[in-house]
Amino acid sequence: MTTALPLAVKEETNSGIWSWLTTVDHKKIGTMYGVSGVVFFIIAGFEALLIRTQLAVPNGTIIDADTYNQLFTMHALMMIFLGVMPMGAAFFNWLVPLMIGARDVAFPRLNAFSFWTFLSGALLLTSSWIFGDAPDVGWFAYAPLTEKAYTVGQAMDFYAVGLLLLGVASTVASLNFVVTIINMRAPGMSWFRMPVFVWMIFVVAWLLILSLPVLTIGLVQIYFDRNFDTNFFNPMGGGDPLLWQHLFWIFGHPEVYVLILPSMGIVSEVLPTFSRKPIFGYSAIVFAGLSIAVLGFAVWSHHMFTTGLGPVPSIVFSASTMAIGVPTGVKIFNWLATMWGGSIRFNSASMFSIGFLALFTIGGISGVMHASPPIDTQQQDTYFIVAHIHYVLFGGAVFGIFSGFYYWWPKFFGRFLDEKLGQIHFWLFFIGMNLTFFPMHFLGVQGMPRRIYRYDADLGWETWNIVATLGSYLLGVGMLVFLYAVWKAYKSEPDAPDNPWDAPTLEWATSSPPPEHDFDVVPVVEARDPLWYDRDNNITREKTKDEHIHLPPPSYYPLLISIGLLVGGIGMLTTLMISALGVLLVFYAIWGWVLEPTS
Amino acid sequence: MLSIMKRKTVFSFSAIIGIFLSACSSWQTDPQTTVNPKSDMAYLIQDVYVLVSWLALIVFVVIMFAIVYISWKFRERPGVEAQQFHGDTRLEIIWTLIPILIVVTIFIPTANAIPKMKSDPPANALQIDVVGKQWWFEFKYPELNITTANEIHIPVNTPVAFNLESTDVIHAFWIPQLGGKVDMVPGHSNKMWFTPTEARKEAYLGQCTEFCGTSHANMLFRVFVDEQDDFNQWVNDQQSVAIPAQSELAKQGEALLLNNVAFISENGSAVGCVTCHKIEGTTAMGMLAPNLTHIASRSTIAAGVFENNKENLIKWISNPSKMKPGVSERTGGMPMYENYLSEEQIESIVAYLMELQ
Repeated sequence: MTTALPLAVKEETNSGIWSWLTTVDHKKIGTMYGVSGVVFFIIAGFEALLIRTQLAVPNGTIIDADTYNQLFTMHALMMIFLGVMPMGAAFFNWLVPLMIGARDVAFPRLNAFSFWTFLSGALLLTSSWIFGDAPDVGWFAYAPLTEKAYTVGQAMDFYAVGLLLLGVASTVASLNFVVTIINMRAPGMSWFRMPVFVWMIFVVAWLLILSLPVLTIGLVQIYFDRNFDTNFFNPMGGGDPLLWQHLFWIFGHPEVYVLILPSMGIVSEVLPTFSRKPIFGYSAIVFAGLSIAVLGFAVWSHHMFTTGLGPVPSIVFSASTMAIGVPTGVKIFNWLATMWGGSIRFNSASMFSIGFLALFTIGGISGVMHASPPIDTQQQDTYFIVAHIHYVLFGGAVFGIFSGFYYWWPKFFGRFLDEKLGQIHFWLFFIGMNLTFFPMHFLGVQGMPRRIYRYDADLGWETWNIVATLGSYLLGVGMLVFLYAVWKAYKSEPDAPDNPWDAPTLEWATSSPPPEHDFDVVPVVEARDPLWYDRDNNITREKTKDEHIHLPPPSYYPLLISIGLLVGGIGMLTTLMISALGVLLVFYAIWGWVLEPTS
Repeated sequence: MLSIMKRKTVFSFSAIIGIFLSACSSWQTDPQTTVNPKSDMAYLIQDVYVLVSWLALIVFVVIMFAIVYISWKFRERPGVEAQQFHGDTRLEIIWTLIPILIVVTIFIPTANAIPKMKSDPPANALQIDVVGKQWWFEFKYPELNITTANEIHIPVNTPVAFNLESTDVIHAFWIPQLGGKVDMVPGHSNKMWFTPTEARKEAYLGQCTEFCGTSHANMLFRVFVDEQDDFNQWVNDQQSVAIPAQSELAKQGEALLLNNVAFISENGSAVGCVTCHKIEGTTAMGMLAPNLTHIASRSTIAAGVFENNKENLIKWISNPSKMKPGVSERTGGMPMYENYLSEEQIESIVAYLMELQ
């Protein structure tokens, strides 16, 4: 069903590979983020299955030590930077303009540039597998293990250059969405009428803008240490390995919130819709999100409690870390209160959101436990922490993302994901996730360190390891069910109405899928839940179309700049002459970009 | 229907707690357990740990119950409309205060324990310098003039102070039953101390817990807490110099081992044992690898990974990278002596090593 009027732009640019390569449409870019995110999520998940297979029994012999170290490093890097972050980006690209009633983001071409640069960095990092030189020092890459003396080959250069490119992509995207959210809201869409999801993305964008430069500095220093014999992190040359840890975690901890906040936003949209009532304590949820972000910059040293911090910093960072438990608790209570008194419809989307509540709570509780440095000295670098981060990132971030997929699929593609398959997927994920990760708490208490490719028999670790491995296979099956549901939806006829869930937010006011110009008429917002306001006040929005809808034309310059950056990155791994070529390409493309007509 | 659901919920929660508690009791006896303290510092941690675990369990049960209860009670039913409300300031203040209260309850004992954990050791503490290396631990007792590797003895009820350093990458020093872990950071010197409270025959297991390269998983160590007399005996044994080889085979091995130029690598450098290893009372003066003066007195080789016996020693000397991936002559590690020596020669060296009690 489509209620939108025919497109105002040239039809021939709307299909085929060229239209994807040159698109500046936030929806197509969102789809490309989503597809790449899911693909990398699957690869990283496969890496995890190999890890679990190796650890199923003591003294596993399936994978050798070096390969194992590459697997757990790449699993983390790919899940974080190439899986969960781009899947989050898929949602904010698709939804932010639709939710605030805009026709696109503030800088459409820059948005395309962000995606292509992300893909360049992702491919560069992943290609390290093909060259047999994947990073093997952990995603946190503690110096001086990363120095040339201890990591020969180019694994660390792939890491540094790959993450630099990904950092450029994220910074640019974040600036773009901050400007979009500040400037492009529809009439009447005041700050406190914005959907919680948009608020969370606003926070995420600021987190990235403020934290990525710190990582960038660290990455450049690693690259210089390795290639130009500087000594930033080399203790023999007067450098300090702890400097890297500070830089990394000043980025790395806000990064955790970058991963979880979009999912918190998704859950804050899904729960009210399926409870049939407005979100409880909107301002409290928004301010809790803001305070998590601010506090997120004041807790990085809790990753470093065992490095020999003095008593005062230990106490201070312990206090700030525990303080984050308060806004997090407030959010959980508010979500529960949103469900309270509702008429909750259970379907794949709402079940993944309620699953998020349960699993994220468990991750939050264990997080408060090791906020206490004495306890942390017994839990740090054990499987207890592995359990914790997977409850937060898999039970939290990933469950939120899948909730979003089931919720918005009809809006994105005009087709529903099969409800029955969705529920099978949910139960496989929910049971598999708990079987895989809950026993890891026990393993941690039993003293099993993480990042070990083998362990001795008779340490009491056999039972829970085999349980965890079996659980991980359930997760693999669950993912296959999801892919089958996607394929089935792809093959089906579009049949989604504009607002199938009777949801309150603006993206449901336009057709499913939305037209290229998003809205025929720029909506005027009267209340926080605009579509419910319309429903309750019997308002029917006009179906006429604005005249002179201006849409930016497609452009291949964003792709060209990204290719230039990729060539520059390849040069940093091979010879600087190639880098020079990349820089020339970047300058050429910027020149073309500037002079390109935009109407 | 509702009561069946409630009973089911109660049942499954009791089942979860039952599993949890039974798992708890087995954790106590696991060899590398973190919850069976045997030193003053480990008890200090345990006190906070137990309090926080109970609070965590209560919060877990309450929230999980709330999720299940609300999901059930407010499920979609024909004829029941959702109640429309936006918030309640009083409620929201209450549930901001609840987490604050919980967090403060955790923070107070935490803030109390930290200064004790980080305090200076008593003056009478036994001093042990530990150096982390890829992938083994070197232990020195500076006051007793003992150097050993991967295995230490300490006396019960006496404070022991560790000075933790590293000469290559970051490692971490952890004996779960005796205290929390502390990192060994190159260029820094970290401290850790505790007073062990229980002597026993079996070793307390220790392990490197900061990822440190290929064989991070193979970087273990053992701590024996002895009664004072046993400890004194051990110190006496360790302080003596190595005895000359006794058996005929061992004499051949001794000669071979002490002859540094017996084997020359492809690039022309000597790769004899004594380049890296030290045996007190002989000409073996190497400083890079584990001290072998009393190697036969240790229970394991290769940093706690293999039992110390003839077969394993032969395997180790023949091809160490097979037992411990990443050990490589190219990066300054132990060479594969099967490239330089015959089986009989390696056996003779092992015969000598096994006499170094």
